Amino acid sequence: MKISKDDVEHIAHLARLEVDDSLVEKFSTQVSGILDYIDVLKDVDVSGVPLASGAALQTNVFREDRVKPSPGPSVTLTNAPDRDDDFYTVPKVVG
Amino acid sequence: MELHALTIAQAKKLLADREISSVGLVSAMLDRIEAHDAKVGAFLTVDRKGALAAASAADARLANGEDAPLLGIPVALKDLLCTTGVRTTCGSKILEEFVPTYDATSVDMLKKAGAVIIGKTNMDEFGMGSSTENSGFHVTRNPWNLDHVPGGSSGGSAAAVAARMCTASLGTDTGGSIRQPASHCGIVGLKPTYGRVSRFGLVSYASSLDQIGPITRTVRDAAIMMNVIAGHDPKDSTSAAVDAPDFTSALAEFDANGLSGMKAGIPKEYLGMEGLDPEVEKAFADARKVLEDLGVEIVEVSLPHTDYAVAAYYVLAPSEASSNLARYDGVKYGARQKDADGLIDMYKKTRSKGFGPEVQRRIIMGTYALSAGYYDEYYGRASRVRTLIMDDFAKAFEGCDIIISPVAPTPAFKIGENVDDPLTMYLSDIFTLSANMAGIPGLSVPCGISETGLPMGLQILGKRFDEMSVLRAGYGFEQSAPSFPGLPEL
Repeated sequence: MKISKDDVEHIAHLARLEVDDSLVEKFSTQVSGILDYIDVLKDVDVSGVPLASGAALQTNVFREDRVKPSPGPSVTLTNAPDRDDDFYTVPKVVG
Repeated sequence: MELHALTIAQAKKLLADREISSVGLVSAMLDRIEAHDAKVGAFLTVDRKGALAAASAADARLANGEDAPLLGIPVALKDLLCTTGVRTTCGSKILEEFVPTYDATSVDMLKKAGAVIIGKTNMDEFGMGSSTENSGFHVTRNPWNLDHVPGGSSGGSAAAVAARMCTASLGTDTGGSIRQPASHCGIVGLKPTYGRVSRFGLVSYASSLDQIGPITRTVRDAAIMMNVIAGHDPKDSTSAAVDAPDFTSALAEFDANGLSGMKAGIPKEYLGMEGLDPEVEKAFADARKVLEDLGVEIVEVSLPHTDYAVAAYYVLAPSEASSNLARYDGVKYGARQKDADGLIDMYKKTRSKGFGPEVQRRIIMGTYALSAGYYDEYYGRASRVRTLIMDDFAKAFEGCDIIISPVAPTPAFKIGENVDDPLTMYLSDIFTLSANMAGIPGLSVPCGISETGLPMGLQILGKRFDEMSVLRAGYGFEQSAPSFPGLPEL
């Protein structure tokens, strides 16, 4: 499977990445190579095989819905790159 | 006495007998880091002040006659385990200034057991790599030969133990990231069963595969660490509500009854595998002989989907990563690029500046595999192949108690050798990553040293939640293997 430079840029946009020009070509070659390798999976007959749901024990986990103390905004916002009082701030979203 | 070379078991005895102090032990480690870490690069953060304060507190408790499993023992943590007040970078520029406000459950358990947290170790960014060359900060070098990689992604944790800069450490293993660096650095590493150790407070890479485990000098030390960190945690819904045994009793079991009656499977698909280094093959054959001499019956088993494991893993792990790493958006924590034109542009600039090339490559791979029109072809197919791999192990374990193999197909490669060739790097995980797919435990124990002076490890895999057989066999092997030149000169 060949992933073109345009494909890399499109996928990067979906993943909210702005891949450096110098890396686009490289990623196109490398990801194409990895996908060629991954094509080996097409040799496996997976008809009727269920999806793996991870390696955890297959039991649902429930807990009581109880109110517990929260650390509060002074702790929660400690690592905010930009804030206004108890709010996160972001660049303007709507005009 | 070389305080920095003590095992946990030895240090505990000396501390309890008041022959050494925790401050003395921790200071010896800090001096060692000061003297040698500029060339090894094992640490990202050394918490000198916090460690000495914790050591003093431990000494006071020891003087009071108190006991706790790790009281006064210096332990290092892979820098993806959250530590209150000590920055946790995950080896990434995007978290360079991130200081958690809570401890990971495993860290909390270590602290409650009296451990002294000495610092945070280097790693491949977000755990993505097999060499610790993908750190956003610096490379870590193998203490046995500074021109070689220590393995990865827990390369800093392994190098720190091998270079005697801490008594033990914690790493994480998503596709071999505890076992392979332990093997490359000539020490012991255990990846527990998925669910055995809480992942709460572990910065996620691929959540269905990640598991925390100990990196130590001996199998006994690994069992001591497991007694502290294993157990159910309501804060991690995938943590298993299964009682943790006394892991050191597996060692007592060997002392009492040896290994007779134990069956070890060797997958026929692993024999004569392309790319297997002749020295690794020889070390493995010698290890097999040691186990046979201990009364272990060797049987051939089959893992028919071995050839597909690497391919399936490199669809599933990047897919999970692309989803997990979506959280780094420059809003709630982490770095934010300021010079952006609107919100979307801020996301893009923040993530592209913050993530290194390997992380971006895997996000692109994962996003592609999950994107509309390709999901069934890639993620769906890989997930079904994972089911087949899990079934393979279940069938193989019907005929044996443990499965043995080399840890890695070659000893540690040279720094820079595989940097531009991700596929070759991925293929070096062939013996380890299936255990993550199946969720089973795996131990790496030193089994030889190459002509060029690089260690090699024996891998022992067990059934789910049967770390006991793995530790018993690993301990038996360790006690009986020909002497291994234990410590690298620096």
